[in-house]
Amino acid sequence: MTTSALDTSPPATQTKSRKRGLKIGWFLVSPSVLLLLLWMVVPLAMTLYFSTIRYNLLYPDEESFVGLENFEYFLTDPGFMPGALNTLTLVGSVLLISVVFGVLISALLEACEFWGRGIVRVMLISPFFIMPTVSALLWKNLIFHPVSGILAAVWKFFGAQPVDWLAQHPLFSIIMIVSWQWLPFAILLLMTAMQSLDQEQKEAARLEGAGPIAIFWHLTLPHLARPIAVVVMIETIFLLSIFAEIFTTTSGGPGFESTNLAYLIYNQALLQFDVGMASAGGLIAVVIANIAALVLIRLIGKSLTDKQ
Amino acid sequence: MADLKVRNLKKAFEGFSIIKGIDLDIHDREFVVFVGPSGCGKSTLLRLIAGLEDVSSGNIELDGKDITEVAPAKRDLAMVFQTYALYPHMTVRKNLSFGLDLSGAPKQEVKDKVENAARILELDPLLERKPKQLSGGQRQRVAIGRAIVRNPKIFLFDEPLSNLDAALRVQMRLELARLHQDLQATMIYVTHDQVEAMTLATKVVVLNSGRVEQVGSPLELYHHPANLFVAGFLGTPTMGFLTGNLGQTAANACEVKLDARANISLPLATALAPGSKVTLGIRPEHINIVPAGEGLLSVTADVSERLGSDTYCHVRSQSGEMLTVRVRGDFAPKFGETLDLSFDTAHCHLFDDSGKAIDKRIQSAA
Repeated sequence: MTTSALDTSPPATQTKSRKRGLKIGWFLVSPSVLLLLLWMVVPLAMTLYFSTIRYNLLYPDEESFVGLENFEYFLTDPGFMPGALNTLTLVGSVLLISVVFGVLISALLEACEFWGRGIVRVMLISPFFIMPTVSALLWKNLIFHPVSGILAAVWKFFGAQPVDWLAQHPLFSIIMIVSWQWLPFAILLLMTAMQSLDQEQKEAARLEGAGPIAIFWHLTLPHLARPIAVVVMIETIFLLSIFAEIFTTTSGGPGFESTNLAYLIYNQALLQFDVGMASAGGLIAVVIANIAALVLIRLIGKSLTDKQ
Repeated sequence: MADLKVRNLKKAFEGFSIIKGIDLDIHDREFVVFVGPSGCGKSTLLRLIAGLEDVSSGNIELDGKDITEVAPAKRDLAMVFQTYALYPHMTVRKNLSFGLDLSGAPKQEVKDKVENAARILELDPLLERKPKQLSGGQRQRVAIGRAIVRNPKIFLFDEPLSNLDAALRVQMRLELARLHQDLQATMIYVTHDQVEAMTLATKVVVLNSGRVEQVGSPLELYHHPANLFVAGFLGTPTMGFLTGNLGQTAANACEVKLDARANISLPLATALAPGSKVTLGIRPEHINIVPAGEGLLSVTADVSERLGSDTYCHVRSQSGEMLTVRVRGDFAPKFGETLDLSFDTAHCHLFDDSGKAIDKRIQSAA
């Protein structure tokens, strides 16, 4: 009875029962609201609080209010600028790789009919199911390793000096690892989207003299605008906080060459035990993530909300 | 000019034969309708003509030129699809000009052609809209417009009205007929709806399981079906059939002994031997209900469908065959009532054991 009073929004004569229904409704949703409050507001408040005090685990008795000093230290930290730039480079490159190759690979899969296509599909998607730490270790030890890695073997086969990828091109190596993980996600989304393209549209275009490239350019790509927007949005959220891949391979080094903001914050909090500064860094990261989200929504949000 | 010749055309999909040898001539300015039950191959035949499917054997000629192996875009044909197949992200104008733009036609020429097509189809105010902002009928018109701008030799329509609601379908049917007049175009039209076939066509091709059953004008097919399939397929409600044996035959008449315990004399000449198995076909409008005792056939009334203007009485003969009788709208027999029927013998059709029509009419001979 109470639920129906909520659902059907009865006429004005029933305001009494409606009020009662509203009360019961609040009562019923309160556990989840409370849980959400605890989950969201308390950690945020604590982070805000920590960011304004001197809070270093090495000096537990010195907990005085320092104002915005932590923010100042974090922003002027020698790791901050490289970290911010590396974060942007990492997110941008992986997005570019996964969208471009995602579109090409799924278009190729859709275009050719060959034996074992089902297996190839599964294999293309499977890297996504491997834990980040595991895939990073796989790349570190089996592919990039200067002595036992596959790339080293290839280099040696051609008589070249093997490259120590993680030491000489740390950010590039991490971009490769992360792309390997996230390209399958793009393929998964784009492949299914590709299948929903109306065959009659393609046939109509064929009758009008459009070749495969014209069909790809004028029909397939516009059809994929929305799934590409989804890929960019979701991947950005996850790529901003890449951590495990860096932790297990380069530890942010050499220097700050492969440090991103997430790793920098970890570095402050758990390697230098400066919880106050890490909290300030966390808040700055939140702000940066929000700016990125805002820009993205401005850029591609329209194609998401546009009715098709 | 647009003369299409199809010769011994065959098509098989993975060993399954869909089109089993079709010969067909389509002349300039004809409105040809392919009609048949679902799965009869009518859409496949159209797609073969369009070039969207590869022919297994046989050939297709357009104006004396063999186009069997020609790329679909180079055949001078344009097709309108059942789902319209408009490009969703392009405006109506862009949808119309897409093919011309691709072929690199001069801007002004494209603009003129698009605006001409828009004027014919009254799409002018909609040119800057996207397909999703259009109603079903408008989308259909855009799809037709896309065919018009290409100025094809033959228009191909693949069940173009199936996705529209009933009222709009009637309206679009009229518009298509008018368009055929205005453009003086050659059109091939696929449908499973016999009303569309009867009303639009100048020539109907009845297809059944990959073969042509009969080709002719709508009324020719209606009045002189060549076989049981065509007789049963065209006409609503469908023709009733009664089985029997041939009795005595004469030069200008034959007697049929029906299994439904009745003898009927028809003005038809046949070379079949007396005693052969035959099927008598009669349309609902050629059966009359007469006072008891005066009829040829005594039947039991089943359910009746009252449409207002007419009533369709479904009746069961004594041998169990169902017949439909079309009577005045205010007449409705009770369920189970016994009725006497008389047949309009001039409009009876007789089919031999293999289903072929025995169609040597005395009137036409006279």
